[in-house]
Amino acid sequence: MKVELQNLTKIFPSRNKKSGEQVVAVNNFTFAIPDGKLVGLLGPSGCGKSTTLYMISGLQQPTAGKIFFGDEDVTELSPENRGIGLVFQNYALYPHMTVKQNILFPLQNLKGEDKMTKEEMLEAAYHAAKLVQIDELMDRKPSELSGGQQQRVAIARALVKMPRVLLLDEPLSNLDARLRLQTREEIRRIQKETGITTIFVTHDQEEAMSISDVIVVMKLGVVQQIGKPQSVYDDPKNLFVAKFLGTPPINVFDGRVEGGKLWLGEDCVLDVPGVEDKPVHVGIRPEGFVPVDDGALVCKLSNVEVMGRDVSIVSTHAASANPVVRSIVDADYNIKVGAESVAFALKPHKVFLFDKETEERIYFGNQKPSDNVEEN
Amino acid sequence: MAEVLKKVKHGVWDVFCVEWIWKRFCVDNVYKKFDKWKGWLYLSPAIILLLIFTVWPIFNTVRMAFLEDYNSLLANRPGGWEFEVGFGNFAKVVQYGEFTTCLTNTLLLCVLTVPLSTILALIIAVCLNSIKFLSRFIQTIFFLPYVTNSIAIGMVFAAMFSVVGNFDSGLVDTYGIINNVLGWFGADPIDWMGTGSYTIGEFPWPSYVVMVIYIVWNALPFKILILLGGLQSVNKQYYEAAKVDGTSRTRVFTRITVPLLSPMIAYVVITGFIGGFKEYSSIVGVFGDGMGPIGDAGSLNTMVGFIYDALPQQQLGRASAAALILFGIIFIVTMINLAVSKKKTHY
Repeated sequence: MKVELQNLTKIFPSRNKKSGEQVVAVNNFTFAIPDGKLVGLLGPSGCGKSTTLYMISGLQQPTAGKIFFGDEDVTELSPENRGIGLVFQNYALYPHMTVKQNILFPLQNLKGEDKMTKEEMLEAAYHAAKLVQIDELMDRKPSELSGGQQQRVAIARALVKMPRVLLLDEPLSNLDARLRLQTREEIRRIQKETGITTIFVTHDQEEAMSISDVIVVMKLGVVQQIGKPQSVYDDPKNLFVAKFLGTPPINVFDGRVEGGKLWLGEDCVLDVPGVEDKPVHVGIRPEGFVPVDDGALVCKLSNVEVMGRDVSIVSTHAASANPVVRSIVDADYNIKVGAESVAFALKPHKVFLFDKETEERIYFGNQKPSDNVEEN
Repeated sequence: MAEVLKKVKHGVWDVFCVEWIWKRFCVDNVYKKFDKWKGWLYLSPAIILLLIFTVWPIFNTVRMAFLEDYNSLLANRPGGWEFEVGFGNFAKVVQYGEFTTCLTNTLLLCVLTVPLSTILALIIAVCLNSIKFLSRFIQTIFFLPYVTNSIAIGMVFAAMFSVVGNFDSGLVDTYGIINNVLGWFGADPIDWMGTGSYTIGEFPWPSYVVMVIYIVWNALPFKILILLGGLQSVNKQYYEAAKVDGTSRTRVFTRITVPLLSPMIAYVVITGFIGGFKEYSSIVGVFGDGMGPIGDAGSLNTMVGFIYDALPQQQLGRASAAALILFGIIFIVTMINLAVSKKKTHY
């Protein structure tokens, strides 16, 4: 089911009546989610991603804008008539019911034509349980399950009615690191198997990048960028997106462009043809550094962290906006013992320039904005 | 220790004592930090008071119950009096004519009022919880009976139900507000507070109706308070999840609200039964210490009333035996309640 959001806006009235200050949780969100895709809404807390999800679910009414499922306008529909499955952040499994009863619960609510016989219900419940691999645990209570198992039960309960759209609110935030890795692949697999359009909310960029077909990066209610995870990472539209995506995070420098050259402090590091002379923010991905003896960017070496596959070089530079500059290089590279400084050449496609005022991206050389939304 | 105290907290002992012991010994192990003797010193006022006013009377009640024909006049003779040990007091209590009336009244009032008030309190609590406008104000109104003197409430109830004049002859000044209101719907007046509408010696149903309404009304605020507190601590997401699944209101109530509230419901039922078995002052409040309509005194007497009646006659042995019987009944019922609630409550 294609999900289309048109100028979706949510304004919460102010708590303090005197000041009358309103909170714009979601501001003019327009986006069409293609059928059968897994979409991650990504952003720091308070950016309106959960509000967007709850508006799609129908639990919250948008202040303005429309929501379409396929060609059907569902903006005014109540949650139960939208055909959605919703998995809550803390799962909201009924503690007094067994797993089986929890999964059966949505089916038992069906009325009229949709009403199912007991056998049909049980079959559907076991089908959903098998899909998330909990069919062995059907007679347990939620309190007797681990966090990961509870999560699966919640997904099974959301899936049992075969919803048109599956919504997940921070699905992995209550799991430990190892389980998170496992569960996110699980969610991917379930989504692929069922082909249900799935939207999930997360503040963890790694989580969003790893399993989504499309990610939507939000900040303070405004959509910053929409695209395939890799293209958003490779081509951030502004400084916020560049900073938000990637671990370790991007290194930001205060630089300036003079005569088509990029200067970081005293180092002239890169040719940036086609950019007018002005001070800029410079973002360099950790993998964009190449340590060479005559490299243009000279940093003071402070630490080398060996991580097996590659090496993380921690250094400092006067123009850096962060306390340290972290670069990731191949493990084959050997730092000279006792070296006080390290020189880097830069990979041009890993270097992003941003306007000092607007923090919007400035393209240089053969960098081109990619229209990755349409690619879907 | 904590577990035991929690259970006892359901009412076998005086709630106050248990709260106090609970706080002193269990919360954060405050006790450990105290020097041992200092601790006992600080405890001593309460311990001494408890020994004198709680432990000794309990012990003495048991002692008196098992001394044949114990009687304070004989016991207080100079030089004392030797009583034989035996079960005579219990036998007397059971043989006493009023005992059956008192026991049936007590049981019947319990069985009628506890479920009724619990169900009503549950419905009202759910309604109150869903009201947004003036919710605090309305909650306060519903809580008012709790802080009002039960004798005063009883007098107001008596005034509402009383027929002023001679009911049998029809020479009546007023049939009372309740009869008047019922009259609008075409009902014949009923002598709620008197004996005009039933045969003396038979089941005094009009007085029962008055008492059941009064007791239920009086018991509501506490139950509403507890259940409302429980409702407000229920995670809202259960309801959102139910909404997404299109659950009907009745199903939300029976399948989600009631099970999630079951510990609180068990609590109000158990304390309700304990309170119900001790019913006395409410009847005095409405009918006076005649414990029944004028002309049929004693027809509404309860177990506590039975104990109390024995005191002016100096029959402390009989009173003690009756008190122990009442204690036994409450104990058994509470144990049954606890056993049932263990099976029926979730978590």
